[in-house]
Amino acid sequence: MKPVNAVITKVVEETPTIRTFFFDTSFELIPGQFVMVWIRGVDEVPMALSYENAITVQKVGPATSALFDLDECDSVGIRGPFGNGFDIKKGRMLLVSGGVGAAPLAPLAEKASAAGAKITTLLGAKTKDELLFRKRVEAVGDVRVATDDGSEGKHGYVTQLIDDAKNYDQIYCCGPEPMMKKVLDKVTPEKAQFSLHRYIKCGIGICGACCVDGLRVCKDGPVFSGDVLNRTEFGVYRRNECGEKVKI
Amino acid sequence: MLTLTLTGLKLKNPLILAAGIMGTTGGSLKRAAKGGAGAVVTKSIGIEPKSGHSNPSMVEVDCSYLNAMGLPNPSYKNFQKEIDLAREGGVPVIASIFGASADEFSEIAGSLRADAFELNVSCPHACGYGAQVGSDPALVEEITKSVKNATSAPVWVKLTPNVTDIKSIGLAAQRGGADAVVAINTVRAMAIDIESGYPILGNKFGGLSGCAIKPVAIKCVYDLYEALEIPVIGVGGISDWKDAVEFMMAGARAVQIGSAVGNNLNIFSDISSCMEAFLEEKEWALDDIYGMAHKI
Repeated sequence: MKPVNAVITKVVEETPTIRTFFFDTSFELIPGQFVMVWIRGVDEVPMALSYENAITVQKVGPATSALFDLDECDSVGIRGPFGNGFDIKKGRMLLVSGGVGAAPLAPLAEKASAAGAKITTLLGAKTKDELLFRKRVEAVGDVRVATDDGSEGKHGYVTQLIDDAKNYDQIYCCGPEPMMKKVLDKVTPEKAQFSLHRYIKCGIGICGACCVDGLRVCKDGPVFSGDVLNRTEFGVYRRNECGEKVKI
Repeated sequence: MLTLTLTGLKLKNPLILAAGIMGTTGGSLKRAAKGGAGAVVTKSIGIEPKSGHSNPSMVEVDCSYLNAMGLPNPSYKNFQKEIDLAREGGVPVIASIFGASADEFSEIAGSLRADAFELNVSCPHACGYGAQVGSDPALVEEITKSVKNATSAPVWVKLTPNVTDIKSIGLAAQRGGADAVVAINTVRAMAIDIESGYPILGNKFGGLSGCAIKPVAIKCVYDLYEALEIPVIGVGGISDWKDAVEFMMAGARAVQIGSAVGNNLNIFSDISSCMEAFLEEKEWALDDIYGMAHKI
């Protein structure tokens, strides 16, 4: 598909570094799927859908900075949704979120809760002000919080809140890769799903730029089961835009 | 039934993963091999690491694909391990390479170990590389000759359709000692976003692949088959077994599959089994359909 024109209808400042951009266009969404967002004249980057008509973005580089310069009535081009999304299971679900990783996990919590799942969310961020979508996840289940600086909840990493993983039927995780690797090491891999971030070019499974040991993050993922990731370079290295290995 | 020897390489079938498709990592090449490919071609590899053009670098347009990746690659100095890993897939691994001069091509071919080399003198959107090199018969002959001197592995030359007469470029490659030509690379193309007037690709223009270019490729293969002594490997818009058979009837000894791999990684084994069934039903061998359109 060619990029679809999406007009920004509202911009919400979620945290000092994270904003949600709502569009006039909705997408049929499986939580965990992503769209390619074209900031015309600048770049096109993959972003998780945080609502069926919105993306939630952290300002980290030139493309996201250009996006932050946009306001209501400005527009972007959108391709997607792409990828597989989370496999929503029944029963007790544990969501582990680091930073902007809450973007795909919040719609997952809402959808799974509506389908009858019992949700517990572990929400982590650098500091209290950076906790993302706390109200959204509190509205559908239990929430425990950790901050790196101790300004809210447990003083430390969100991974330190995991103490009873075996009590859950399924674990869903999104956040920085070293954090996700720690989660994988603490849980039963077959029962855990992780949403990966890689440098994505085509978004449609052709070019191979985003491959993790042969798995295409854009097409086979971005969500992978822990037992699949255990056999790969996940948490060890990634590829830069040239395809060179870079240690994580 | 589908086995063949192509430029000295033994292939279990004539279906090859095209360059630039899942070809940057050993793991993804190995996966294509496991999906039934008779051989795999790597992403084009150059002298220095290159990040390529800015995104969007590939979009679906109508029933085809428009891309301007910009030759992103980790350089040959970081690539031998990927080839070695790809070889665990059990099929020949062909290194696609590019350079701005004969010296650059031969430096890479002289340093990498691969089952064959495919010279990318046909990428339509890389300044100073690709088609800018491959539109000049004298340069194509010189580059081919220098690579032949640098390696004992078979050398394939991938041609651009964006020339007045593709046969003259094919003949130049043959004079340079090429073991085969590969036709075609993408067709120069462009798409514009009518909401804003922006060209969609980061590079503004790029190359078209997929089903829209198949008839263009068939004609190029047909012409090259007539003009050349060396084998022609057909590529451009193959998405099912019928397309593959058509290319072989036009004169392709083998074919490469690219864009269609995105939706079906097992396309190689799917096409193999359908081709076998078709040949059995027709009571034909692979050799019978090779160049058939020229013989009737």
